[in-house]
Amino acid sequence: MPEAILTEDLVREFHLKGGRTIRALDGVNLQVDPGELFGLLGPNGAGKTTLIKILVTLLYPTSGRAFVDGLDVTRDVLPIRQRINMVSGGEYSGYGILTVKETLWMFSQFYGVPYKEAFKRIEELLEVVGLKSEANMRVSKLSTGMRQKMNFCRGFVTDPKILFLDEPTLGLDVEAARDIRAYIKTWMKEHPGRTILLTTHYMAEADELCDRVAIIDHGEILACDTPQALKKKVSGGTLLEISLSGLYDLSWLKGNSGIKGLTYSSSIEKSRTTLKLVLESEEVVPGVIKELNQREFSILGIQSVEPTLEDVFLTLVGRGLSDENSTLS
Amino acid sequence: MRIPPSLELFLRAVVGRAYPRIVGANRELSWLIPESVLPILGLAAYVYVYRVMKAPPEFVGYVVLGGAMTAYWLNILWSMASQFYWEKETANLQLFIMAPVSPMAILLGMGIGGLFSSTIRAGAVILLGSLLFGVTYQVTSLGLVLLVFFLSLVALYGMGMLLASLFLLSGREAWNLSNALQEPVYLFSGFYFPVKSLGFWAAAAASIIPLTLGLDAMRQLMFPGDPTMGFLSPWMECGILLLLCPVFLYLSKVALKKMEHAARIRGTLSLRWQ
Repeated sequence: MPEAILTEDLVREFHLKGGRTIRALDGVNLQVDPGELFGLLGPNGAGKTTLIKILVTLLYPTSGRAFVDGLDVTRDVLPIRQRINMVSGGEYSGYGILTVKETLWMFSQFYGVPYKEAFKRIEELLEVVGLKSEANMRVSKLSTGMRQKMNFCRGFVTDPKILFLDEPTLGLDVEAARDIRAYIKTWMKEHPGRTILLTTHYMAEADELCDRVAIIDHGEILACDTPQALKKKVSGGTLLEISLSGLYDLSWLKGNSGIKGLTYSSSIEKSRTTLKLVLESEEVVPGVIKELNQREFSILGIQSVEPTLEDVFLTLVGRGLSDENSTLS
Repeated sequence: MRIPPSLELFLRAVVGRAYPRIVGANRELSWLIPESVLPILGLAAYVYVYRVMKAPPEFVGYVVLGGAMTAYWLNILWSMASQFYWEKETANLQLFIMAPVSPMAILLGMGIGGLFSSTIRAGAVILLGSLLFGVTYQVTSLGLVLLVFFLSLVALYGMGMLLASLFLLSGREAWNLSNALQEPVYLFSGFYFPVKSLGFWAAAAASIIPLTLGLDAMRQLMFPGDPTMGFLSPWMECGILLLLCPVFLYLSKVALKKMEHAARIRGTLSLRWQ
């Protein structure tokens, strides 16, 4: 059986006006097996969406090769399109004048789903994501979350063999995101042999859902393994969380020896800054505390924490995923 | 008889894409007033100019017929040619392209849906214009009128599909290109006057727009007052339109394939805010 997804030294460059070139993918090698729920993690601009666009035949690679279900993305376009679907977070596809049910039916027709079957699937999906009462509501009247749920249903209504979910819970409230994650798990359980490639920058989401994850940054795959194995790799170092009273810019810490990575976030409401450090060893801890004390920071608490995928990213990249102020050591 | 699966998929996609336009036309009836009443105001200006000039009465009919046909030209420009730009903005385009169906089916569905709403507008203009300005029709051959009308629209929507394909790489400039095409075609296709008055070569060049020949033939067949006003004979115009239909459809298919290829290289199928 061929790999569900296989890429070999995949490179994609974009040529911008003024002669500038951006290398969105830089030699990506990836293998996803049939039946896997595979996560691709990385910050915005890491290359996740570009990779998906190549795999769903919307973009050509600049060099390298990519295969979906054993088919070449540059040559076997139609057979690939028959096997896949894609949902992107925050997309506004469809037409406001149509109802939710009509929109899903319309997209199902582009895949040749017979009428009866299409409406049966639509009813089931709307029930699952909690949109049944909005089935006959116009798309223009839907809230952002409802619209995202509708788009999510669009991806499943064609019953794809391989599904690409590009940030499917982006912008959703906690409850809606939970519903969507629950459905993904159920769908995978009920459809063995189907594959999902999920991109997200929510580490907890990947941790909860994925069989394996790859971490991508600046177009390069930095690590690829099960979430447990990745976290185990990090546990070699020391993860420390320090709470400080007040709001601070802690970027000055980045040059300190023994600090492999750091990220920090400030809460204006609590007037508190939380600093997360990945240290080479426990021996570095006293030095860090001493330096904070010397600079007269008020330390509220220090604790050693269990590694998460966020920490894996922090260790690999040296900065956090979501914290724009995080720094590279 | 079982329809071949590929044809069934094609037809399903055509119906699917035509559906929002047909439903939209019925669901938001407020558009009917500006779309049918306002064009009459534009026509009225030409009608009064012709009346002041004591032009033959069939000129009023020319104007009403031309005014009705503008609905199709506007539809081609704004709902076909530049449509993929709007579809790109809402992320529909990437979903259309990555579906396992020929994009020609999507274009055809778009065209058929647009044809439906444009026909409502055109019909309203004919009805209101004829009543208000007292147009008398002397149809010499209803069959030929209908044939010319049908061929004009097939060729025109084939041209619309071609333009949509050519604009596939465009960003916001698609809007400007449509704008640039709108008014000149009113002039060169003779929407409000017999195209023959432009001179033979200008009229011949303008015949690349199927409405030029379609309008001229329909005018000759519906207002046979002055036979010297026609550019070519209706049968000849009908024959040229018959030729243009497959040419535009073929060119749009080729262009769509090439443009999709180019767009996949450039990455413009899904990039927004260009």
